[in-house]
Amino acid sequence: MSWEHVPGYVSEKEAHGEQTVVVEPGQLVEAALHLRDEEGFSFLSDISATDYLGWGQKGVAGYIGTATGRDLNRPAAQGFQILPELKPKRFSMSYHLLALRPGAPRLRLQVWVEDGEPVPSVVEVWPTADWHEREAYDLMGIRIEGHPNLARILMDDDWEGHPLRKDYPIGGEPVRFSSEE
Amino acid sequence: MAILERPAIYEGTRIPSPIPTVLQVPDELREGGDILQVNFGPNHPSTHGVLRLIVDLNGEEVVGLEAVIGYLHTGFEKNMEQKTWWKAITYPERIDYVAFQNNEYVFVAAIEKLLGLDIPPKAVWMRTLLNELNRLHSHLVWLGTSGLELGAISMFWYAFREREQILDLFELVTGYRMHTRYFQAGGLAEDVPRGFYPECRKFVEWMPKAIDDYEALLSRNEIWLERTKGIGLLSAEDAIALGQSGPVLRASGVDWDLRKAEPYLAYDQVDFDVPVYPNGDVYDRYKVHIDEMRQSVRIVAQCLDVLEGLEGEPWIVDDRKIVLPPREELHTSMESLIHHFKIVTEGYRVPEGEVYVAIEAPRGEMGCYVVSDGGPRPWRVKFRGTSFVALEATATCMSNALVADLIAIVGSLDTVMGEVDR
Repeated sequence: MSWEHVPGYVSEKEAHGEQTVVVEPGQLVEAALHLRDEEGFSFLSDISATDYLGWGQKGVAGYIGTATGRDLNRPAAQGFQILPELKPKRFSMSYHLLALRPGAPRLRLQVWVEDGEPVPSVVEVWPTADWHEREAYDLMGIRIEGHPNLARILMDDDWEGHPLRKDYPIGGEPVRFSSEE
Repeated sequence: MAILERPAIYEGTRIPSPIPTVLQVPDELREGGDILQVNFGPNHPSTHGVLRLIVDLNGEEVVGLEAVIGYLHTGFEKNMEQKTWWKAITYPERIDYVAFQNNEYVFVAAIEKLLGLDIPPKAVWMRTLLNELNRLHSHLVWLGTSGLELGAISMFWYAFREREQILDLFELVTGYRMHTRYFQAGGLAEDVPRGFYPECRKFVEWMPKAIDDYEALLSRNEIWLERTKGIGLLSAEDAIALGQSGPVLRASGVDWDLRKAEPYLAYDQVDFDVPVYPNGDVYDRYKVHIDEMRQSVRIVAQCLDVLEGLEGEPWIVDDRKIVLPPREELHTSMESLIHHFKIVTEGYRVPEGEVYVAIEAPRGEMGCYVVSDGGPRPWRVKFRGTSFVALEATATCMSNALVADLIAIVGSLDTVMGEVDR
């Protein structure tokens, strides 16, 4: 099935039996409304933000300090190892949709943004997006626009940085030991 | 999906606006100045962990509510990015520590989907069996603690009596009572030990009687009925809009179960019913849990029938690039030793791609989104925490509730804070 009629359509892909349709961030809400009302995707399962900083390269936080690291370009690296397919922008937001009808069709609605680029909120379309979007903002620093209550949700209110980003070091947060004053 | 044909639970929607998860005090009440704001939690015996609810009270009535979470955030998803696929399997179990086996399965299933592995029948049936035992375990913990919160203390002892038997079964199979790490990508870590089937049979025969006991304790108990019937209403439309799944959705009259709608493992080969109740209140959520336990026992019995005929069959795929070689080969085969060493130290590589796998965990749709860059570590792992989503419905369920109802409602949504905060 083709998804070209979805507002803001950019591209589509089928892999591992899963459908992905990429839309323009600016038209996300129209696309969401279309999919909910016309295609029956009334159930939003999940929103996942992913940071692709350093995708396919070495020296990314998260690989530093681990045993092997990962450098595909190293002379001794396996020659047949291919570099992963490059991504259009740094962050992806994946909206996992489900239609509650026989066959349980699922669709991944995806938008791509650079750091600081806004993503419109879909809380008006699926109220369950409220906390999912707050989590994407809190842990990944995605700028959600039009969210009624965009506050940190899992980290402390005064936390600095967004921990799930690839440039956020692991083990870097200050810890006060109980013997200290 | 079929929404049961009957009068709507309530007209229109009760989802608060503009913030769907925050119940705001109406202006006319706020001006009266008689509102008391109370912090319920984060350390309170009735919050199922470290949940903090900021509650606005008008006398005994709950007029405002906001859930504050994050007290148990431990960065599971970030940690999993640092571990090889092989080692990351230990993490999901600890996310929802009550439904450990289901969570372990959803992550392993995501790896297998990327790898394109076909799992031997014995592993498929054993996974089904353990997932159902785990569902029983999870429902028992829910029943025990919810009963306890509403004053039914004996319920707790009964539920934990059978929970103990289930944990003994897990210990028999896997060596651990919880967080078993028994599922490997490709199958099971070890063969099913001798003596498991007869022990499990004894449990299957015993359990329906135990469930009768629970119902005798609660289903006609005047206090229990008073405190659960008509409390915490959630209509089918609101439940879907709020992303509710599992027993909460089925208690609102929506016939939806991923084991039927999108069968995985052996669920299309076993015979079971999906209990659906129409009233959307705390009592119906209790009924769904009880009925699901009976169905789980049925599924376990059918799995045992099949498994007993699979004696001597392989329990894991024979793919030496992904699966550890048999232990005894390490003494005689150089290649086995090398592969064992490589898998343990460096891990296996998983082809590039992204997948979303969802299963029907005890609390509803447990999803796992995984991105691989083709390397030995996950690039990104994201879990759809069922409890995380369930808590979003607290504000909607809380209309016209009293303080005492608040305990019953939060309990009925069946949340595990480890999964909420991850």
